[in-house]
Amino acid sequence: MSEPVIHDAGATHDDPTHLQDAAEDATALSAAAADTTAAAVGMSSAASLPVVGGDLRSIAADRGPLAMAATGIGRDYRIGRGVILHAVRDVSFGLYKGAVVALVGESGSGKSTVARLLAGQERPSAGTIALDGNVIDVRSNRHFRKYKSQVQLVFQDPFSSLNPTHTVGYHLSRPVRLHQPDVKNVDGAVTALLEQVRLVPADQFVTKYPYELSGGQRQRVAFARALAAQPTVLLADEPVSMLDVSIRLEMLNLLDDLRSRLHLALLYITHDIASARYFADEVLVMYGGRIVERGPAEDVTQQPAHPYTQLLIASAPDPDKLGSVLKTSTAAAGSVAARTTAANTGGPAAVGCPFAPRCPLAIDKCRTDDPALELLTPTRAAACWRLDVAAGAS
Amino acid sequence: MKPILEISDLSVAYRAEGGDVRAVEQVNLTLHAGEVVGLCGESGSGKSTLAYGATRLLRPPAVVTGGSVKYYGNRITQGGHPVDILAQSKKDLKALRWREIAIVFQSAMNALNPVLRVEDQILDAIRAHLKMSGGEAREKAATLLDLVGIPRARLRSYPHELSGGMRQRVMIAMALAADPEVVIMDEPTTALDVVVQRDILAQIVELKETLGFAILFITHDLSLLLELADRIAVMYAGRLLETGSSQEIMRDPAHPYTRGLLNSFPSLHGPRRDLVGIPGSPPDLRSPDPGCPFIPRCAYALPSCSEVDMALDRVKGDSRPDHLTACPVVSVSQEGVLS
Repeated sequence: MSEPVIHDAGATHDDPTHLQDAAEDATALSAAAADTTAAAVGMSSAASLPVVGGDLRSIAADRGPLAMAATGIGRDYRIGRGVILHAVRDVSFGLYKGAVVALVGESGSGKSTVARLLAGQERPSAGTIALDGNVIDVRSNRHFRKYKSQVQLVFQDPFSSLNPTHTVGYHLSRPVRLHQPDVKNVDGAVTALLEQVRLVPADQFVTKYPYELSGGQRQRVAFARALAAQPTVLLADEPVSMLDVSIRLEMLNLLDDLRSRLHLALLYITHDIASARYFADEVLVMYGGRIVERGPAEDVTQQPAHPYTQLLIASAPDPDKLGSVLKTSTAAAGSVAARTTAANTGGPAAVGCPFAPRCPLAIDKCRTDDPALELLTPTRAAACWRLDVAAGAS
Repeated sequence: MKPILEISDLSVAYRAEGGDVRAVEQVNLTLHAGEVVGLCGESGSGKSTLAYGATRLLRPPAVVTGGSVKYYGNRITQGGHPVDILAQSKKDLKALRWREIAIVFQSAMNALNPVLRVEDQILDAIRAHLKMSGGEAREKAATLLDLVGIPRARLRSYPHELSGGMRQRVMIAMALAADPEVVIMDEPTTALDVVVQRDILAQIVELKETLGFAILFITHDLSLLLELADRIAVMYAGRLLETGSSQEIMRDPAHPYTRGLLNSFPSLHGPRRDLVGIPGSPPDLRSPDPGCPFIPRCAYALPSCSEVDMALDRVKGDSRPDHLTACPVVSVSQEGVLS
């Protein structure tokens, strides 16, 4: 864990249009890596990220060593002649063993694309992903299979992620055979997995088909299937949003329990920032494919710095306001929320700050220049030209 | 306040081979003019079945097995007797639907026809329920879009060209085409982002204020209702467990299920609370156990709970007439604390 590894991001590129940007990034990162190496404090390079105003440290690093690091990753989609959608742009973060990092944002913000990139289902257009210090190369088969077993993805919808024609036992015995070839007693391993996700008595569930299970039970099977590969990193893409409110909490508690017992590095992707407050160590807020704000969960949710985070938080249902907000219409719904509604003109901007078209504080600079993450405290950063004004508005 | 829609003892069952699934059991719920009533429950609790049963939108194997639904709208009753929706003829029903009671269906993604322009879909609704010339109907369609804040140019758009929020607004505009007295909204914002959700809810409230319709708002999200609704009804396993004002439900939840729900969602504002949640999962409605359906998940359950008749009654020791619960175990102590 102690050796800092930063590879030349440009080398993994196959698309020449990104070479220039990425090469610049890579140079900057290499320089940063060199600094860190020189400092040699036993911390991996990705444990601190160079941002404007200093080095950002992840609060999640307090929980355990770095398991996975994404450095400057991006993903572009060609959506027409000469039109490129930057679904993810220059995203860097680390996942730490025993810690939960939450990725929060609205649909289309790129959070699921990040999960697919980390899971190796797609290749990044830019940047690198490293597991335990080794940079992943999708092209090398043998290593990639090992990688796939160490990094597991749990999907949002347990109604469609399980095969309706197979039993629970089949869903779990296959990954056990595939990823744990040394295990002789497969049935025993399946039972142990079911007990781990508290589907007990296990023998009752082994023979059941997905349609015989409730939504919560299905999602438990999906978790068990992911655990069958004995992963070190678990990527959970909206794992509870399809479940009923009364079931959600139990499921998050189960995830939390698995995290601490198995020392998993967990990425929790959600649009529900309130659950991130309770469940995550670090929160990354995404908008338009970029991380616009990041920091300790409690800080980000209680004193949001970026106007978008402020809007998200002002928009979340708040039972304590008891009718007052909506009944007095939008005017009082948090100053930012109200003004943003009026200015809402659709998707994120391609030039400048992605949030500028919806931002009540936007000035001309925001529409032309893209702000970089700027250090607020040693563990917090936000990307906004108007942070000083936004601080007064929150 | 005068009632506009009165559901009494309504029961709905799904006929199935292994016996009836009793999705809604003897539910009483009254909607008053200009009021927002929130109907909250998890999936399978019967909340949509209740609404569709009351408006006779269910098809076999669903059967209304008992009860009455009275509608008091002025245009139909002319100040006289209410009409019983369950006893209406097909022709009378047609006059009632959309013009008196309109529905905004769940998931606007699927409720709009993907191969028709927005304008044609709105015109369809107008032609089916109102007598208007072509020009008038077109003008009406445009004003409806104005109402929900969508540019008129969007009339020429197909649903896939609109964002999720816009599609939901189109659905709301269509429901308001005939100036209904009652609008039933079935999870209108569930698939949307919180920011868009808040915009749409604010718009719904604004439209309600100007047009004066009553709303039955169906959702699984109790935290949303606490902000939006005047009164809330909590449904579980086909039964109403508790009704009361948002204030009463939030401050003094009586039924253990309601308390569990309130303790289940993480709060974004204020200090961090300990979340408890509700263990277990909802019961199988094919073979309901006698008494309260919540017994297996209830921390307060007593042996006598299996004999509870599930009628809504005032909370013991609570003087407020509208705060009703089906749980006879809870009571308000001297200090006003529920136990």
